[in-house]
Amino acid sequence: MNRQMSPMDRANERRRQLELESYPRHSPAQTSGRTRSRASDETGGGTPEHFELSRRRFVELFGAGIAVGFLLPDAFSGPQESGGGRRRRRGTPEEISAWLHISEDGSVTVYTGKVEVGQNIRTSLAQAVAEELRVPFESIQMIMGDTDVVPYDRGTFGSQSTPRMGPQLRKVSAAARETLIDLAAEKWQTGREKLKAANGQVTNPETGKSLSYGQLTQGQKLVKTVDENQPLTPTQEWSVLGRSQAKVNGRAFVTGRHHYVSDMSLPGMLHGKVLRPPAYEATMRSLDTSKATAMEGVKVVRDGSFVGLTAPDAPTARAALDAIQAEWEIPEQPSRQEIFQYFKDNPVESRGWRGREPHVAGSVEDGLKAADQTLENTFHINYIAHVPLEPRAALARWENGKLTVWTGTQRPFGVRDELAEAFQMPVEKVRVIMPDTGSGYGGKHTGEAALEAARLAKSAGKPVKLVWTREEEFRWAYFRPGGVIEVRSGVTQEGRLTAWEFHNYNSGGSAIETLYQVPNQHIEFHPARSPLPQGSYRGLAATANHFAREVQMDEMARKLKIDPLKFRLRNLKDARLTAVLKRAAEVFRWTDRKAHKGRGCGIAGGFEKGGYIATCAEVSVTDGQVRVERLAAAFECGAVVNPVHLHNQVEGALIQGLGGALFEYIDFAEGKILNPRLSGYRVPRFSDTPQVEVAAINRKDLSSAGAGETPIVAVAPAVSNAIFDATGVRRRDLPMVPDGLQNSSPH
Amino acid sequence: MPRIKKLFVNEGEAAIDADPQQSLLEVLRDQAGLTGAKYGCGEGQCGACTVLVDGKPVRSCITPVEAAQGKPVTTIEGLAKDDGLHPLQEAFLQEDAFQCGYCTPGMILSASALLQQNAQPTRQEVVEFMNGNVCRCGTYPRILRAILRSAEPSTGGSQ
Repeated sequence: MNRQMSPMDRANERRRQLELESYPRHSPAQTSGRTRSRASDETGGGTPEHFELSRRRFVELFGAGIAVGFLLPDAFSGPQESGGGRRRRRGTPEEISAWLHISEDGSVTVYTGKVEVGQNIRTSLAQAVAEELRVPFESIQMIMGDTDVVPYDRGTFGSQSTPRMGPQLRKVSAAARETLIDLAAEKWQTGREKLKAANGQVTNPETGKSLSYGQLTQGQKLVKTVDENQPLTPTQEWSVLGRSQAKVNGRAFVTGRHHYVSDMSLPGMLHGKVLRPPAYEATMRSLDTSKATAMEGVKVVRDGSFVGLTAPDAPTARAALDAIQAEWEIPEQPSRQEIFQYFKDNPVESRGWRGREPHVAGSVEDGLKAADQTLENTFHINYIAHVPLEPRAALARWENGKLTVWTGTQRPFGVRDELAEAFQMPVEKVRVIMPDTGSGYGGKHTGEAALEAARLAKSAGKPVKLVWTREEEFRWAYFRPGGVIEVRSGVTQEGRLTAWEFHNYNSGGSAIETLYQVPNQHIEFHPARSPLPQGSYRGLAATANHFAREVQMDEMARKLKIDPLKFRLRNLKDARLTAVLKRAAEVFRWTDRKAHKGRGCGIAGGFEKGGYIATCAEVSVTDGQVRVERLAAAFECGAVVNPVHLHNQVEGALIQGLGGALFEYIDFAEGKILNPRLSGYRVPRFSDTPQVEVAAINRKDLSSAGAGETPIVAVAPAVSNAIFDATGVRRRDLPMVPDGLQNSSPH
Repeated sequence: MPRIKKLFVNEGEAAIDADPQQSLLEVLRDQAGLTGAKYGCGEGQCGACTVLVDGKPVRSCITPVEAAQGKPVTTIEGLAKDDGLHPLQEAFLQEDAFQCGYCTPGMILSASALLQQNAQPTRQEVVEFMNGNVCRCGTYPRILRAILRSAEPSTGGSQ
């Protein structure tokens, strides 16, 4: 890094790179060479980094008891792709991804870098521990996302917590249970095989004797590791997992007692504000802070391009910010009206993005020649915002050369590294703590507020809290990418696909491939320059790709006058997708649907991140106003971990998906966001809520996949197909009806 | 204009020192230490900041503190009597009617005001009354069920 750069500029530079690591993100200033593979992030499940707790320190920290850590498999201990070649020896702490500790009083504490943003992973991971350790669910305390005490974790994204952290914690817990049985066998001088662990104690059924985990743990200072090979309780024998468990700290939320970062305060704390440019890429031409500086208690900080201030209270901070005068120069930038052509005209070279390598089979041209019907369509995807109800917030404190920041981020360790880099200090001197946060949906991978609060706190010499306004959250976070998707397909009169060509410009490569059987395929993702900051989102690009694919499928079925469900099944060999399509149709009563004027039904399905989803929609259209009346979905993600929370996630994804399907879009011109407020950006409300029916298919024979993302992907195509069924009008743009059906989509 | 020095919150008196035009939300959060009401949009669009003033739901982010002067203010911290839970809080737990929980205090307070004026609302009445409260996680069907469940006579209805 350039030593001449200011900490904040350095942070900005570093942040760009980090964001790219977690998801392809372009900003105009970014050069293509920095783009890193997202696939390596989301399939690797976290490259273990230095875990600063040595065994000795671990014992110091936790005192007596039994600690078991999960040792990451060999696959992750080889040389890293960065070329650093950091080989690790087996058994060293930096290969640990999770710890479980049983103290002398029998209390169980679990340490994981995963974080809670409403997906209820705090609850389901505790269930995993209770299941294998054989302790009451209530006796488990989960320590999450505190970089000083939990093992390194790459972040909470990509629906990885359930499939990866879940089994790891189960293995750790199973090993701890076996250790306790060993201890009891030793104490009783008896064979271990006859002993049973249940309800927090080990019992010998022959003698009737039992010892609690606390009694067994007394005087012990055992630190163990466990690896992939630790046997687990078979799904069929689950008694805690697989059952509905209410949110672990639900009472704190309904009583307002849970403290989000924005609710926290420290003695002597100041309030921070940051001066924002009027547009992206704006350069400051002049700055006058004299009026702000003259206010009592106000301190203005300038550090490179960063200008911020601290004040004793929020109103003073706002007034001081208003009093700062700055002039800016804004370069020309593309506007929404031209964005789709812009994506096509501005490709970037990005190695390693998933989908970047074209998927080719047979010859599309031959397939089109063999077809009885061909169809060519273009789909447009607008940028949308996550709008997490809690905007970015951070509370920063410097104490004896150590920086502690409380912030809501999906990547506490990533933010810790950003802070260490920005302030050029060792990571051990930076602690990031993430209290359960007011949602993310993929929108909180970054740590902007953390850096800003830390920078201001450093100058102020006091703790500083900084909470972004809604407008800041809209303008200075990042968006789900916009894009253009072009599809050409061919089909025989009998309804067999012969050709499938699919090009996605900018919106992303996830779920770009089709599960339908097509002999001739060309599927390609084309990364493009993005004039707006873009990044991860719930389901990433899978919504856009499913939208284009499933609308195209529907159009072909309609052309052939084949039932859209039958047409799909005819081209499918995938048993799991077939199963969800049939189940959703059953729940929706697809075959019983009747034609009513102004009413229509549509179906769509797909696969992403280990989960299979099918969604049916019924819409009504009155005076050009589209209303989704009913949604039915079938979702299958292997063995169900927590039925009530699974249903809640699927329902939530369906309803959130309605926003991007029907009316959400970011309007922009000349580097400015034109609707950066909730009054100008419509999100789903009670009145948009349809009747929702969800069927979860429980595949106990399969390992569990995540459920936070995939259920969103089939909503938009199902609704488009239903609108066509109702009206004969085809919608190929997201959002579909921001101003009703009469007016075209916003472009 | 004289500064405002006290508020009647949750059946007690809170000592404050605020400009009359400062938002009730900020005063409750920063001066009265009641952080249950949340900032979500700052323009009265999302309902996360909802509190009751004189029993009526207000968007405290766009309500100047002077509007609450001398009137009883109820926040989520003061909704339940003694240490128990309000029937709506119980119902939200029973229906799992939240995910991240950030909208929950505002939802519950809005719903309590509805049930105060209409003990047994229809589903459509709930939708209309609650439409100013946003749950970005999309738990609306569950919130609707929780409110309707709480309104059933068998559960005691609203307090």
